[in-house]
Amino acid sequence: MAATEEKPARARLIGGPGILLVWLYGVMVVGAVSRSVHQIATEFDRAPLAYSLSAVAGLVYGFITYTLVRGGETARKAALVCCAAELVGVLTVGTWTLVEPSAFPDATVWSDYGMGYLFIPVLLPLTALYWLRRARTA
Amino acid sequence: MLDVLTLVTGVAALLLAAWCGWAAYRDQPTKDWHFIGMGVVSLLALVQLVVGIVQLARGDDPEQGTTIFVAYLLGAFACVPAAGFMSLAERTRWGSVTVAAGGVVLAVLEVRLYDIWGG
Repeated sequence: MAATEEKPARARLIGGPGILLVWLYGVMVVGAVSRSVHQIATEFDRAPLAYSLSAVAGLVYGFITYTLVRGGETARKAALVCCAAELVGVLTVGTWTLVEPSAFPDATVWSDYGMGYLFIPVLLPLTALYWLRRARTA
Repeated sequence: MLDVLTLVTGVAALLLAAWCGWAAYRDQPTKDWHFIGMGVVSLLALVQLVVGIVQLARGDDPEQGTTIFVAYLLGAFACVPAAGFMSLAERTRWGSVTVAAGGVVLAVLEVRLYDIWGG
């Protein structure tokens, strides 16, 4: 009974601009996951740190995409936390790759603040945080 | 052959992005004509996928590896249809924005495909 009552109350997070967020997150999931799977499978020893970080990024993107599609207050909060973590991750790894390039023989998704991905990795969490905060008041 | 296809598909993807971006600017959802446009771009990507696989079968080798090449070909083929289905679910200007973003993503994939093939 609780489930049927909960469903209509669940706030949609993918209406309007949300659909664009889901699309971009979906693209990043495919990009980060396929890239890290391939690199870990074929040349993990070359840059273990970089490839592991790409894999983690892919998992975070996957979870955020899922929460956005699912909707609801709990999902919204979980997505908020993950987007904040993602932003911290991009900024940390971005700075790290600039300060200590030797730790990264190969690029990660988050290298140089995601420059190789048109800076989408750093812009996406900012946009998503804004959108998710607004979704609460709506 | 493949290089020409890559160029044509990339340009078509950018045109689609501009067209749907224009629809979004005018606060319109994607319409039938837009879906025909998406069909054309998807068809180009499909032809590219087939030609790419034929080239591989004939023994040509992509510069950056066969696996990556095939993965990008598949991604390029799936890109616009996926965005198109999402715009079917979102009948506002934001559906158009999503397809426009899909076109830009496809154009980027085409540039990467060009590099991977070693043109």
